[in-house]
Amino acid sequence: MNLLAILLLLPLVGFALALILPAAVTRRFVLGFSLLIFAVSLLLIGTTLQQPGAMTWVTDTAWIDTPAIRFHIGVDGASLWLVILSTFLIPLAAFISGRTILHRQKEFYAYLLLLEFGLIGVFCSLDLFLYYVFWEVVLVPMYFLIGIWGGERRIYAATKFFVYTMAGSMLMLVAILYIYTKAGTFDLPAILLQMEAGKVAFTQPEELALFLAFFLAFAVKVPIFPLHTWLPDAYAEAPTAATLLMAAVLSKMGTYSLLRFNLNLFPRASHDCAPWIVTLAIVGIVYGALVALVQPNMKRLVAYSSISHLGFVVLGLFSGNQFGLDGAVYQMLCHAISTGALFVLIGYLQDRKQSLAIADFGGLATPAPHFATVFLVATLASIGLPLLNNFVGEFLILQGAAQANIWWAAFAALGVVLSACYMLWFYQRTFLGESRGEMADLRPSEWLAVTPLLLLMLWMGIFTQTWLPGISASNKVLLERPTSKIALQVAK
Amino acid sequence: MNPAAFYPTATDYLRFLPELILTIGGVLLLVLEALTGDHKDKSKLGYLAAAIVVGAMFAVPVALANPGASFNGMIVSDGFAAFFRMVTLLVGLFTLLCSTSYLSREKANTGEFYLLVLFSLAGQGIMAASNELIMVFLGLEIASISSYVLAGFLRDDKRGSESALKYFLLGSFATAFLLYGISWIYGVTGVTNLTAIRAALAAGTSAPSMVVAAAALMLIGLAFKVSAAPFQVWAPDVYQGAPAPVSGFLSAGPKAAAFAVFLRIFQTSFDSLSSRYEPVLWILALGTMFIGNFSALWQSNVKRMLAYSSIAHAGYVLVAVTTNSNVGTAAAMFYLAAYALMNYGAFAAITHLAGRNETHVTIDDLRGLAARQPVLAALLTVCLLSLTGVPLTAGFFGKFYIFKAAIDNHLYWLSALGLLNSAIAAYYYLRLLAAMYMHEPKTTDHPEPVPGGIQLTLWVSAAGILTLGVFPGLVLDYANRFATFVK
Repeated sequence: MNLLAILLLLPLVGFALALILPAAVTRRFVLGFSLLIFAVSLLLIGTTLQQPGAMTWVTDTAWIDTPAIRFHIGVDGASLWLVILSTFLIPLAAFISGRTILHRQKEFYAYLLLLEFGLIGVFCSLDLFLYYVFWEVVLVPMYFLIGIWGGERRIYAATKFFVYTMAGSMLMLVAILYIYTKAGTFDLPAILLQMEAGKVAFTQPEELALFLAFFLAFAVKVPIFPLHTWLPDAYAEAPTAATLLMAAVLSKMGTYSLLRFNLNLFPRASHDCAPWIVTLAIVGIVYGALVALVQPNMKRLVAYSSISHLGFVVLGLFSGNQFGLDGAVYQMLCHAISTGALFVLIGYLQDRKQSLAIADFGGLATPAPHFATVFLVATLASIGLPLLNNFVGEFLILQGAAQANIWWAAFAALGVVLSACYMLWFYQRTFLGESRGEMADLRPSEWLAVTPLLLLMLWMGIFTQTWLPGISASNKVLLERPTSKIALQVAK
Repeated sequence: MNPAAFYPTATDYLRFLPELILTIGGVLLLVLEALTGDHKDKSKLGYLAAAIVVGAMFAVPVALANPGASFNGMIVSDGFAAFFRMVTLLVGLFTLLCSTSYLSREKANTGEFYLLVLFSLAGQGIMAASNELIMVFLGLEIASISSYVLAGFLRDDKRGSESALKYFLLGSFATAFLLYGISWIYGVTGVTNLTAIRAALAAGTSAPSMVVAAAALMLIGLAFKVSAAPFQVWAPDVYQGAPAPVSGFLSAGPKAAAFAVFLRIFQTSFDSLSSRYEPVLWILALGTMFIGNFSALWQSNVKRMLAYSSIAHAGYVLVAVTTNSNVGTAAAMFYLAAYALMNYGAFAAITHLAGRNETHVTIDDLRGLAARQPVLAALLTVCLLSLTGVPLTAGFFGKFYIFKAAIDNHLYWLSALGLLNSAIAAYYYLRLLAAMYMHEPKTTDHPEPVPGGIQLTLWVSAAGILTLGVFPGLVLDYANRFATFVK
C-alpha cells in the first residue's frame, strides 16, 4: 500500500484505538502514536523532492461509482510541507497539553488524532469531493476541542466557529457540483487537463461566480478581512493546543486551498479579482496590526497579529508571480512556527498566572530569564528579523507584490513596521520593567516543547534551500500552465 | 368482459404479500390481545409484532420478484414500491423496538398499540404501491387513522390528546383536499388509474384549467401530509404531544409514504403539467426549509425542535421532487432512507432520556449526558451530525445527492439557498451537542440503563448512518435503479 495512503489512515486507526484504550494511557498512546505518524510523514520527503513539481505518492482508486468520486491523493513540493507541518504540530499539541487538560483527557487526545486525519486529508486530496469531505471533517473535532476545554465563552466561540465555516463552505459545495456538471468529474488533475485541452471552458461570469464561491469558503477559514470576526473569539477561548493548531494549520487550509483551487481552476477570475482581494489583504494587514496594538489580552493580541500575517500570505498568492507565490507558501510555514511558538509560550504564562491580561504581567525577565529569552526570539521571528524565518517569507512576498504593483508593497510594508510596534510593546509590558514577584522559569518539559520550534525558526531563516526548491517547483507548474500563463501576470 | 379476469391470481397476492402479512398479523394480534389477561405483561405482543414486521420485510423481495400490476391495476409491485415498503417497515420495526419499554414505563402497555402500528404500516405499504387514486386514498386513510390513535395513545396525557385531536382534524382536512382533487380528476378524465390519467391528459381532450385545479388540490393535500410550508403548522404540536416513539414514527414513516405517493402521482399522471407545478414546488421547498430551520432555532424542547427539523428535512426532499427527474427521485429515496435512520435514532434516544411522563425533554435535560452515559451520547451524536449533514454520514450524502440533482437540473438558486439553510440548521443541532458535551451534568443520580430495544435501534441507526456515509452505493444503487416509473 502507498505510504501516503497509510499516513492518511493511521490517525483514523489511532483515533479508534484511543477510544478503546483505557483512559489512563490515552495521553501516552496518542503522544507516541502521533510521533510515529510524524516519523512516517518524514519518509515522504525523499521521493517528493526528487520531482517536486509533479504529484508523488499518488493513490487513485474509485470510491463511489455514481457520481464518479475517486479516492485520489498525492503530494507535491508545496503540499508535502503542509502535511508534515500537520504531523509535526499534532504531537506538539498533545505534548503541551499535559498540564492544562486535566479533565476528560481521553476524549481530548482522541480528538487530536481525528483532527489530524482531516488535516492530512485536506492537504493531499486531489478529488474535489474527497477534499470537501476532509474540509468538513476538520470542523467536528475542532468544535469539541474549543467547546469542551475552552475558556468561559467557549460554547459561543465553538458554535460561531462551526457555523461560520460551514456557511462559507456550502457555496463551495454548490460550485463543486457545478464544475461536475461541466467536467463530468471531481478529479482535480483531470479537470485541469480538460481545461488545458479546451474541453471545459467557463464563461467569464460563470468563472467569476465559481471563483467567488470557493473564495468565500477559504476567506472565512484564513480569515481574510472582513470575514475574520469569528477568529478572535475562537483563538482566545480555545485551549492552548487548539489555538496552536487553528493558528498554525487550520488557517493554512484556507490559504493552501486558495492556491490549489482558486488559482489553478480559475486563472482568469483570479486575475480579475486580484486587485480587490489584494486590497482586502492589505486592509487586513493594517487593520490586524492596529487592533493588535490596543489589545489588553495576550491571546487576542497574537490572534489579531495572525490576521495581519495571513494578509501577507494572501497578498503573495494574488501577486501572481513566482516570488509572491513562493513567499506565500513559505510564509504559511513560517507563520505556523512563529505564531505557534507564541501561542505555546502564552499558554505557559496562562498556566502560571491563570490570566491572559497583559496588565497582570510585568518584569518577568527578572524571575524567568530563560523564558524571556525564548519569548524574545519568538517575538523577533514574528516581527520578521533577518536570519529568522518570517523575514524570508515576508521579503519574498513584498518582492512579488512590488513586481506586480509597487503600491501594494508600499502599503503592505506598513504592516511590517506596525508588527514591530505592537510586538515589542507587548514584550516590553510583559517581560521588562520592574519585577512583580516570583514566576517559575521554563521547565525541562517546556524546553523540550519549544526547542524544536526555535531550531526551526533559525533553520527556516538561514537554510531556505531545504524548503524553497520544492515549493518553487510546485508553483512553477501552476504559473507555466498554458491556461494560466498569460492571465496570472498582473505586472503593470 | 370475462368475469374470471376480475378474480385475483396467486401472483396478485404475492405482489401484495407484505401488506397481507401485516394485516393478517394485525388481526392475529387483536385476537391475542383479547385472550391475554389485563394484568399480564403485553411486551410479548410487541415482540410478536416486531417479528411480523420482519416477516413483512422478507416478503418485500418476494413482491419485487413478481413485478407488475395486480388487482386490475390497483396495486403495482415495482422497485419503487419495494424501496418505500422497506423504509416504512424499518421505521415501524424501530418504533416497536422502542415502544415496549416505553409503554411499560408509562404503564400503558396494551396490545392495541402494536397492532395499530402494524395497520398503519399496511396503509403505508399500500400508499407506496398504489397505482390508482382510490387506493392512494385507502392507503392514506388506513395509515392516518391508525396514526391518529397512536398519537393520542396515552389517554390521560393532555398534550397527547391535544396532539391526536389536532392531527385528526388537520389530517382529515388534508385528506378532504386530496379527495376533492381526486374527484375532479375523475370528473375530467373519467379514470382514476395513474397511467390512465396520464394517457387521458396526453390525449388533450380535458380542459387544462380543470386539470390544473385538480392537481393543485391534490398538491395541497399531499403538502399537508409531508408537512410542507405553509401547511406545516400541525406538525410541531403533534410531534411534541405524541408519545416519543410515535413522534419518531410519524416524522419518518407516514412522511416517506406520502412522499412516495407525491412522487408517483406527479411524475406519472401529472408529468405533462411539470412546467406549471415546478415553480410552485420551488417556492414550497424553499419556504419549508426556511420555516423549519428558523423556527427550530428558538426551541428549548427537544421534541419540538426535532419536529421543526423534520419540517426542514421535508423541504430538502421537496428540492429533489422539484427537479422532476429520475436523479431527483433517486436522491429523494436515498434521503428518506437516510432520514429514517438518523431521525429515528434521535427520537429513540429522546424516548429513553425523556423519563417517566416525558418530563425531561428540554435541551437543559441533556446537559452532561456525555459524562453520564458516554455511549448513548456518542450514538445520539452520530445521528445529530448526520442530520446536520457532516461528511462521512448518510445525511451528508443525502443532501449531496439532492443538491446535485438540483444543480443538474439548473436549480442553482434553490441549491445555494438550500445549502445555506443547512448551515443555519447546524446551529440548533450544535446546541444539543453543546448541552451533551460542554455542560456539567444537572444531577448526579445514577443514570437509568438503556432498554435493549432502544439500544438496538440506536446501534442499528448509527451503524447504518456511518456505513452509508462511506459506502452510499449500498442504498443509492437501488434508489437509482428503482427511480423510474412505468409510464
